[in-house]
This record gives sequence, C-alpha cells and structure tokens, in this order.
Amino acid sequence: MGRLVWLARRLVHGLGLMLAVLVLNFVLVRLAPGDPAVVIAGEMGGASAQVMEQIRAQYGLDRSMPEQLLRYLGHVLSGDLGYSFYFNRPVAGLVFERMGATALLVLAAIGSALVLGTWLGIVAAQRPRGVAAQMVAIVSVAGFAAPVFWTGMMLLLAFASYWPIFPVSGMEDVGQPRHGVGWLVDVAHHLVLPASTLAMIYMAQYSRQARAGMIAALGADYIRTARAKGLGEARVVYRHALANAMIPVITIAGLQFGQVLAGAVLVETVYSWPGLGRLAYESILRRDSPTLLGILLGSSVMVILANLATDAAYRLADPRMRGVL
Amino acid sequence: MRAGRTFASNPVALAGLTMLVAIVLALVFGPVLYGVDALDIVNAPLSAPDAEAPFGTDYLGRDILASVLLGGRATLLVGITAALISVSIGVTVGAVAGYAGGRIDAVLMRVTEFFQVLPALLFAMVVVMLFRPSLVTVALSIGVVSWTGTARLARAEFLRLKGLEFVEAARAEGATDLRIVFRVILPNGMAPLVVSATLAVGAAMLFEGGLSFLGLGDPNLISWGRMIGQNRSYLLDAWWTVTFPGLALFLTVLSVALIGDGINDALDPRS
Repeated sequence: MGRLVWLARRLVHGLGLMLAVLVLNFVLVRLAPGDPAVVIAGEMGGASAQVMEQIRAQYGLDRSMPEQLLRYLGHVLSGDLGYSFYFNRPVAGLVFERMGATALLVLAAIGSALVLGTWLGIVAAQRPRGVAAQMVAIVSVAGFAAPVFWTGMMLLLAFASYWPIFPVSGMEDVGQPRHGVGWLVDVAHHLVLPASTLAMIYMAQYSRQARAGMIAALGADYIRTARAKGLGEARVVYRHALANAMIPVITIAGLQFGQVLAGAVLVETVYSWPGLGRLAYESILRRDSPTLLGILLGSSVMVILANLATDAAYRLADPRMRGVL
Repeated sequence: MRAGRTFASNPVALAGLTMLVAIVLALVFGPVLYGVDALDIVNAPLSAPDAEAPFGTDYLGRDILASVLLGGRATLLVGITAALISVSIGVTVGAVAGYAGGRIDAVLMRVTEFFQVLPALLFAMVVVMLFRPSLVTVALSIGVVSWTGTARLARAEFLRLKGLEFVEAARAEGATDLRIVFRVILPNGMAPLVVSATLAVGAAMLFEGGLSFLGLGDPNLISWGRMIGQNRSYLLDAWWTVTFPGLALFLTVLSVALIGDGINDALDPRS
C-alpha cells in the first residue's frame, strides 16, 4: 500500500474521531442541568424576558436538536468555538495561543523520559541483579504512585526555594530578552522543573517496557547471529537489539499521549506554565464552560495528531509494519 | 491456594498489604482517637509542626493531621467506587467484544479507541463542571474515562478462552451465552483482571486527587487533593500544609500498587 493511501486513510480515521468528540461535546452540554440561555444571560450579568428570547433565537436554542447539532458543527468547522465571557474574547484564539506552550512541555517531558527510560531499561536488562535493575523496579512503582501535582510541588520546594537554582513559575522572565539565544536559554531554564516532574512518571513506565523488550531481544536468534559474525557488543546491543526493543516503548508512548497531556494540566497549574492546562484551571475557577470545552477539543486534536505521528514512527522502526498499517 | 502462599512469601507485597491495612485503620478510627475536629481553629494560621499539632496548621489555623485523617475517607471511597465502575464497564465491553467477535467486536473496539483518544482528565473536568461536583459525579466521570485498558485485557482473555474445550463442553450441554460468558469463561480469565482492578483503585485515587486539587471535588468533603489545592499558594512559606496530605496519598497508592504487583507475581509464575 502506498504511503499516500496510508496517510489518507489515517487522516479520514482521525477526522472521524474528531467528529465523535464534537458530538459528545454537544450531547454533554445539552444533558447538563440548567437552560443554556439562562447561563449565557448570567454570564452577561442578567437579562429581561425579552432579551432571553433574543438569546434563544441568536444561539439557535429554539430549533430542534439535530438542527442545533448541525449548527454547532458548522460553527466549529468555520473556526468558531464560542465566546468566553470571562476572558472577553473568542475561545478559538485563546486555545490556539496556549497550545504551543503545552506542546513544548509535553514533548520535552516525553523526549527526556524516552531517552532516560530506555537507557535505564537497557542497563537493567544487561545486568538483571545490578543497581540499575533495582532502580527500575523501585522507580516504576513509585512513579505510578506519586501524585504528579504533589511531586511537582516537592521539586519546587527543593530546587526553587531551598536551593534556588530554577525559577518558581512561568515560562520566561520579564527582565530577560524576548528573542534570540538569550530567550531560548531563559525558556529552557524555566522548562527544566515542569518537564522533569512530568517525565518522572513516564520514565518509570518506559524503563519497564524497555527492560522487558531488551531481555526478549537479547535472547533472540538474530542476536546470536550478530555476535557470531563478530560484531562488537555495543553494536549488537544498541543497533540490533534496541531497534526491536523500542517498538513496544513507542507503542506505549503513543497510547499514553492523552495521559501525558492530562499530567500537563496538573503540572502547568503547579508551575503557572502558560499553556492549555493553566487555562483550564483558570476557566474552572470562573466556571467558564465554553473555554473548558474548547480546551477539550484542542487537546483531542493534539492527541489525534500524536497518534498519527506514532504510527508513522512505527512504520519507520519496523519495516514489517509497512504492509499492515 | 498456591497463589496465596506465593503472595504471603513475597516481602514487598506483604509490606504493601500491612501498609494499606494500617492506613485504612487510621482512616476509620483515627478521627475519633485523635479527637481534634478538622474544622476547628487550633492555632495561629500556618504554624509549623509542634507537639500540639504534629503536622502543623493550614492557612486558617486548622489542624492538618486531623484533616489528613478525615480527608482520606473521601479519597478512598471515590477511588474504590470509580474503580468498580471502570472495571464493570471494561469487563462487560471486553467480554462482549471478545466473545461475540465480528461486527459487534469491531464497533466496540472503535468505541474503546475513541475513549482512549479522549484526554481523560480534561473530559472528566468538563463532565464534573457541567454536572456540578459531588461524590457521585466525580466517581462516575472517573469510571467512564478509565475503563479502556481493562476492556482490552478482558477482550484478549475472552478471545483466548472461548475456543477451548471446556467452553465447547458447556455449549454442548446447552448453556446460554450469558451463562458461558459470566460463569464459564470469566472465572477462568480472572487472574489478569484482578491485577488490573487493583491498579485501577490506585489510579482512580490519583485521578480523584487531581480533580480535587483543581477545585473539582465534592465541595462538602475534605479530601487530600483538595487540601493540597487549597494550600498551594502557601507552599513556599509553609511546606507542611502540602507535604503531609500528598505523602498520605502517595503512600496509599503505593501500598495498593505493591499489592497489585504481588498478586501479579503470585498468579503468573513466569514473571
């Protein structure tokens, strides 16, 4: 199957999922207790019976449910995600602006967790009774059990207060340059603590996967062949075995993207990182449901794109998959 | 029985079980034995731990130890309820998909995939906010978003078991599909599902902690997550306000995870 056909099929699939998210959003809002017109009037600061009728007509609340659903889908397609009365601006722009910061945090966390976790897993697989193997065992249980918002605060206490080598909050300093290398260094400096907090959970899981994958791979026939050919140990481990051991790790990383995003919501709240999660926290405080729904949509798009990227990475890592997907 | 003995000879699993029993006892009897009302103001706001209040006081001057003892009840209750909901949905979906196969399987797996793509925490936040935070909405929303792993596991078990001889035998005896699914196959596929259910309790407690931390817990109940969320602005001045409730949540989930690992090792001799 050609690459273009594959890509087209995956895109249609992604759009189908997106449509399902939209329908679910619509159903939820309609199922929720309370008349939407009353809510809108409340956000505007109260309205007379006449204005209420106007609101109903303006938002199409006087039409039938299927009509309302079509109307809602039409709005979303034209880039209209509703209006936030608290932020006093359209939700779409608000969400779009914050996506970059969240993507940076999530990718930095997954990237460092992948590198460190895989390395820990390899070392643990090579020496099953060694220090690294025991660390993998401990870290993977502790990483599952630690509430991410709490570990974030503990790291903050340690590395921004008692031993203040990292900033307490935000993504950039007002006093620092807003462009060039100086800005990049400043953002990276702010990124270290939130990204490490988020990475710790997933590093644990990746290391477990990588360890299992490496143990299986190192026992396989093709590894014996590679060794018999006289290849160096490093080449055998890092080129031959790792390529196969990485496949389950990539699968897990792709499947968990939505969870990492959820973790980012909590971590952003702790570190005041100006992304979607922080926006979500602010909209909860103000009971601003249009914004929260917009964030749910925006993050669903991010998850679907991430799954697409994972599938592509899969095809690159494992030539056998090219015929299957 | 052999599994029970393997579990009992695993020191890490036993440590987890001991820890969980101790925590549950502390939550059940602690508030009465300690005798301090979690809502009473006992000292100046944000006073450090001392003999009077071993965990210090919060931003209103309330005893943190008293709140930790009381707050765990909501966390544990929501965690167990949500895990029950999640496991029931997961096992039902997985069982039907794996047993029926064909088109039903395809549709159910599409639904599962959809819920896997949906960012769980954000979806739960929307549900809880739209339907007002309460013990019921929080537990339901957590259960509804976290069943996909169990469903996949159950489906795999049913696919593996449904072709085996003892199932054929039950069918030959004229057992109904319902009976085969729940009385014949399910008991034989229990092992991985028990582990999954145990871990689900831990995950649901963390999930509840996250929602309460964000201010979406039941407003009438103290919970560990809510304590952390309410005291977060005082973190740098009063570390104890956040550290102790978080430590309690961490240790509780840790004990559940250790038990889950122990059950896994006991039921699966290969690992």
